[in-house]
Amino acid sequence: MARYAMVIDTVKCVGCMDCVVACKTENNVPEGFNRDWIAYETIGKYPNLHMEIRSERCNHCDNPPCVYTCPTGASHISDIGGIVLVDYDKCIGCKACIAACPYDARFIHPDGYATKCTFCEHRVVQGLDPACVSTCPTHCMYFGDLEDPNSEVSKLLQSRKYHVLNPETGTKPQVYYLI
Amino acid sequence: MEKFTRRKFLEISGATFAGSGLIVGGRKIIENSLYATDKTKGIVKIPSYCSICFWKCGLIGYVKDGKLWKLEGNPLDPLSKGRLCPRGNGGVGQHYDPDRLQAPLIRVSQRGEEQWKVATWDEALNHSAKKLMEIKEKYGPQSIAVFSHGPGGAFLKHTLRAFGVKNFAAPSFAQCRGPREVAFELTYGEIIGSPERTDIKNSKCFALIGSHLGENMHNSQVQEFAEAIANGATIIVVDPRFSIAASKAKYYLPIKPGTDTALLLAWINVLITENLYDKEFVEKYTYGFNQLREYIQPFTPEWAFVETGIEPELIRETIRKLAIHKPASFVHPGRHVNWYGNDVQRLRAVAIINALLGNWNHKGAFFKPVKMDIPKYPYPPFPDVNYDVVYNPDSKYPFAGEEEGLTQGIRSATITGEPYPIKAWIVYGTNLIQTLPNQNETIEAIKKLDFLMVIDVIPTEITMWADVVLPEAIYLERFDELNISPFREPFVGIRQPVVPPPHDQREGWWIARELAVKLGLESYYPWKHIEEYLRFRIESAGLSYEQLKKDGVIVGKQQPIFVEDGLQLEFPFTPTQKIELYSTQLAEKGFSPLPTYERPPEPPPGYFRLLFGRVPVHTFSMTQSNPILMDMVNENEVWINSDIGKNYGLNNGDFVVLVNQDGVRSNKIKVRLTQRIRPDCVYMYHGFGHTSKKLKRAYLKGASDTQLITRYDIDPIMGGTGMNNNFVTFEKV
Amino acid sequence: MNELVITRHNHLIDPTLSIWGWEIPLYLFLGGLVGGMMLISGYFILTGRTKNTLCSCFRIPIIGIIAISLGMLFLFLDLEHKLYVWNLYINFKWQSPMSWGAWILIFIYPILFINALLRLPENFAQKFPSLEKLSKEIQAKPFLTKLIGSLSMIFGGLLGAYTAILLSAFSARPAWNSPMLWTLFLASGLSSAAALVHLVGKDPYERHMLAKADNGFLIAELIIIILMLIGFVSSGQVHIDAAKLILSGPFASTFWVFVVFMGIIIPLIIQILSVNNKIPHTNVAPIMVMLGGLILRFIVVYAGQFSHWPRNVFTGF
Ligand SMILES: Nc1nc2c(c(=O)[nH]1)N[C@H]1C(S)=C(S)[C@@H](COP(=O)(O)OP(=O)(O)OC[C@H]3O[C@@H](n4cnc5c(=O)[nH]c(N)nc54)[C@H](O)[C@@H]3O)O[C@H]1N2
Ligand SMILES: Nc1nc2c(c(=O)[nH]1)N[C@H]1C(S)=C(S)[C@@H](COP(=O)(O)OP(=O)(O)OC[C@H]3O[C@@H](n4cnc5c(=O)[nH]c(N)nc54)[C@H](O)[C@@H]3O)O[C@H]1N2
Ligand code: SF4
Ligand code: SF4
Ligand code: SF4
Ligand code: SF4
Ligand code: SF4
Ligand SMILES: [Mo]
Repeated sequence: MARYAMVIDTVKCVGCMDCVVACKTENNVPEGFNRDWIAYETIGKYPNLHMEIRSERCNHCDNPPCVYTCPTGASHISDIGGIVLVDYDKCIGCKACIAACPYDARFIHPDGYATKCTFCEHRVVQGLDPACVSTCPTHCMYFGDLEDPNSEVSKLLQSRKYHVLNPETGTKPQVYYLI
Repeated sequence: MEKFTRRKFLEISGATFAGSGLIVGGRKIIENSLYATDKTKGIVKIPSYCSICFWKCGLIGYVKDGKLWKLEGNPLDPLSKGRLCPRGNGGVGQHYDPDRLQAPLIRVSQRGEEQWKVATWDEALNHSAKKLMEIKEKYGPQSIAVFSHGPGGAFLKHTLRAFGVKNFAAPSFAQCRGPREVAFELTYGEIIGSPERTDIKNSKCFALIGSHLGENMHNSQVQEFAEAIANGATIIVVDPRFSIAASKAKYYLPIKPGTDTALLLAWINVLITENLYDKEFVEKYTYGFNQLREYIQPFTPEWAFVETGIEPELIRETIRKLAIHKPASFVHPGRHVNWYGNDVQRLRAVAIINALLGNWNHKGAFFKPVKMDIPKYPYPPFPDVNYDVVYNPDSKYPFAGEEEGLTQGIRSATITGEPYPIKAWIVYGTNLIQTLPNQNETIEAIKKLDFLMVIDVIPTEITMWADVVLPEAIYLERFDELNISPFREPFVGIRQPVVPPPHDQREGWWIARELAVKLGLESYYPWKHIEEYLRFRIESAGLSYEQLKKDGVIVGKQQPIFVEDGLQLEFPFTPTQKIELYSTQLAEKGFSPLPTYERPPEPPPGYFRLLFGRVPVHTFSMTQSNPILMDMVNENEVWINSDIGKNYGLNNGDFVVLVNQDGVRSNKIKVRLTQRIRPDCVYMYHGFGHTSKKLKRAYLKGASDTQLITRYDIDPIMGGTGMNNNFVTFEKV
Repeated sequence: MNELVITRHNHLIDPTLSIWGWEIPLYLFLGGLVGGMMLISGYFILTGRTKNTLCSCFRIPIIGIIAISLGMLFLFLDLEHKLYVWNLYINFKWQSPMSWGAWILIFIYPILFINALLRLPENFAQKFPSLEKLSKEIQAKPFLTKLIGSLSMIFGGLLGAYTAILLSAFSARPAWNSPMLWTLFLASGLSSAAALVHLVGKDPYERHMLAKADNGFLIAELIIIILMLIGFVSSGQVHIDAAKLILSGPFASTFWVFVVFMGIIIPLIIQILSVNNKIPHTNVAPIMVMLGGLILRFIVVYAGQFSHWPRNVFTGF
């Protein structure tokens, strides 16, 4: 079975938020909500500064507390490459999954259910890249199957240094940041 | 972020939710679709080109059940290469913006008081035609001035040329690129042009002077910038602010604002004294090297250090890097370059360095833009009118642009009545209030007018002053002039409606034609519908109009654009037919033929230089009403060096009022304390701080840099308005 | 110098989590209270106090049913997708404390109900002779009484502990993520319950004894709080930050004044005096204890939402 993951090259990312806008239109994310967002982190003292820019979203964790905590099974690990999804018709809006996510990747849709990044599963099943990946003007985002050693994402993780977000929480995030 | 309500959301989307979600590939997608309804039937894709800025990227509009869903880049298009920038993707929001102008308006009260009556197009255009003819009667055609920015204005300008108008202006010259184009034309006999002819993607080393690529989101340039980063190009960024580009650079030069020419002169000095320049190229193609060599002696890196604050060694190291990689290295000419009122001289220095690097039309530096040649439409000749343009009396600014004119020149003539009175303004696609420095002058001029007609899409500040407001259909709802941009390969792009206009908005070409008809100028429109015009031009170029409509763009045959692929270097358009390091034309007009450095004025004690720039998700002052883009960044902040901020007892998120050297007070604006800027200046995004109440989303969100730019220094060579000599201090609120 | 700018502004998430308002703390308090009451009731039953007609174990279940129903109402009010609530009861997710809770609550009702049957209130008995008959039969069989006692103790304990485990299971929220939390909530639940029963109890002996027990619970509570804080500060930075929230941060003053001082220490002193007959029994102490217990739930729920893992990756600056 596939293990879908996203690899984002922070060296190329310019923090333009194109990925956020594309997600909004592709997935009709309601006004005032974001499925993905940008983190600009700067260290040092002017003019000796170093900056990392990250496009962040649900990490589709291999060990997802949001799923474990869900009392109804609405939050689940789908059979499509381990993408973590919410079945809106099962969701009671108890918000346990939101509390359980160390990345605050989830929110309650105005219609009452919990939602978040879906890795554009509706595009992936058609063989397309997620909307954010396919619009990124710097081509700094990569999506693919880590089970396949020849996939671009696998190759990148073999050849480049990278980190994930808050590994200490034990969630095994599947969004990787090249440095 | 005010709390979201579903109602508001539906108002915005103007659509209902799909209760069930749509079926794709037999599987149920749990995602709802904003513009889809329960009766979801397939998707229609329509190619066109973007108009959220002037890069003109090819796009593909996705329409679901007759409702605009999303936009994507057109893979066939050389400018977007299948990817739009954030603003381009957000264009969807311009269509659904609830605050759009919906029908023509005619003012029923004093100008400035916001009272209009809704009119039919017939009423509005008759009224306008009547006014214009009266004014022409009384004061002649020269008393009518047109401000038009962007391709959409093409037909309007056609109508008014036929009417005898010659006073046209766009901010793209005197507030934007003017000094660059003039400096390069003086030096090479050719301009840089838009899209810029820089070959960033193949470059081994380049320097950005300002030019905040990555925030400046001109699509192809950003894509190439990223390619260059990936290729490990040596990037040098010169900026008082640690820009996004700076964060990608190997060398960041934290320059004191306004002293760039000193740095550039020192770079020239090192290139020559250390014999790093391309001797053969200089020998063969340039004029005035010896004068330059003489002139440059005093401008050592040590001298420049005193002016710029940049270590002499860093100055040497960076220019050496540029030299090592020549000719695949260059100093970027920038784009928004009206900074200090002596900008042509600075850009001349840039042009000269590039000449010394011998990089003109060389891979990794500059390419020779090529253009699809599409015959013009055979219109009847315009009436010949003999009067001088109003904005440049007795060519005060010898090198002022003809095509784009001098916006502020028209403005001052309107105020003074000299050299002759201006009685009517026609404004298309430019929000003069937020665009021209010194808003008081703009408003003073407007008050002097007998007639102000504005063609816009949202109720911006300039619209609020209009006597007649004509609501245009947005770019996704109309046909328009062809996109025949000069670029790496010849191509032509079409703009065609993706969705119909939601209310009584009309297409620009239709408005222009109807106005012509009412002005008795129908003979200047042999065609009835723009498609006749477009088809004629495309087919007379031997291309298929059907294919263009289907594909959105037609790309022509690759031609040599680099010396490396056989291009001949020649400079027929300079007086000496060489690259003029020493500008004979400047000498002739009594300007310094070699680049001069002037020390910029110091901020008064307790004041900070006001710098401004772009935020990736907005275009100037035109996108703050766009629900999607406002959801990304909905106000601007003032960047203050955190050490300075602490001295003033400021914290992140505090609100301050900025007060400039002339006592002008801004709207309140959030403080952003950061190490990413020099202590002697502050920075803000341009385009915010709207004062038009009808822009509900944008009204008083953040502050307007323009409002604080009361002082501007005019470049004596070409009449551009340098806007970076304003100083502000903060008052806590 | 580490600057972090994040462009996200999700309602109920940013700048800090605020998904749970007043409903959840109230629900947790009532849950803990009922849990405590069931423990007490069960204890009385098992210690054979059922012979005494005034025994609180006959009134507790009635109050319990009302309290727990209120609690469930609050829980329901908090749901954002209310019409889908039934999904809770067509699934059991063993990994999900909330699923456990939902089902425990379902078992609580029958237990409270049969507990109530041990001796029906007079007017009730007349109205429903059939129930009265049932009640008589149960009384006839002592082992049933014992069973009821043990069941209500077991589920009382589960309920009390669950209200805390619900929170401490969230490792994403360092301030909740303490193994001590459930003991704290249990002790607090017991003290509140003892206080309440003390208030409503008719039998002077029980009231006296409950006051005594309450003192025990309160002292236990104090010790647990201290142990919990030690636990926090002696583990990783995130937990130290979490502890800071109640030690020095935004919740410190409320916590120390209302929970520790007015909710534990003062009533403790009063009740020590009264059980030693220095002063008469009053309602002041029990009320303070219950208020303290309620405020404790509010602080814990809010502080937990305040605490999170660091969003910055650069460290050492
Ligand atoms: N997202 C977005 N992108 C855009 C636009 C938009 O509206 N939105 N507009 C487009 C247009 S028309 C233009 S002209 C361009 C403009 O974009 P640019 O041509 O890049 O404009 P600049 O003024 O060069 O860039 C502003 C930068 O210059 C720095 N700066 C200010 N003063 C000085 C100085 O004295 N010396 C130096 N070295 N640097 C200085 C500022 O800190 C800031 O980082 O952007 C284009 N791209
Ligand atoms: N203070 C300050 N001033 C500046 C700049 C700055 O950075 N700071 N930048 C300068 C530069 S580089 C430039 S290029 C200029 C840009 O100056 P402008 O071209 O004036 O840019 P905007 O302020 O966005 O105004 C565009 C106007 O066109 C309208 N519009 C948008 N789409 C359409 C359409 O389809 N049809 C019609 N009819 N109207 C439309 C918008 O509603 C808006 O009113 O500003 C210059 N002035
Ligand atoms: S679109 Fe690409 S470059 Fe822009 S912010 Fe997202 S990831 Fe970064
Ligand atoms: S990031 Fe959060 S929401 Fe996404 S899978 Fe991991 S825990 Fe769940
Ligand atoms: S909010 Fe919905 S998805 Fe999240 S835990 Fe509750 S039921 Fe599951
Ligand atoms: S993968 Fe799809 S859903 Fe997730 S952030 Fe990207 S665009 Fe949005
Ligand atoms: S750069 Fe962006 S806004 Fe400008 S035309 Fe291209 S896509 Fe549109
Ligand atoms: Mo510009």
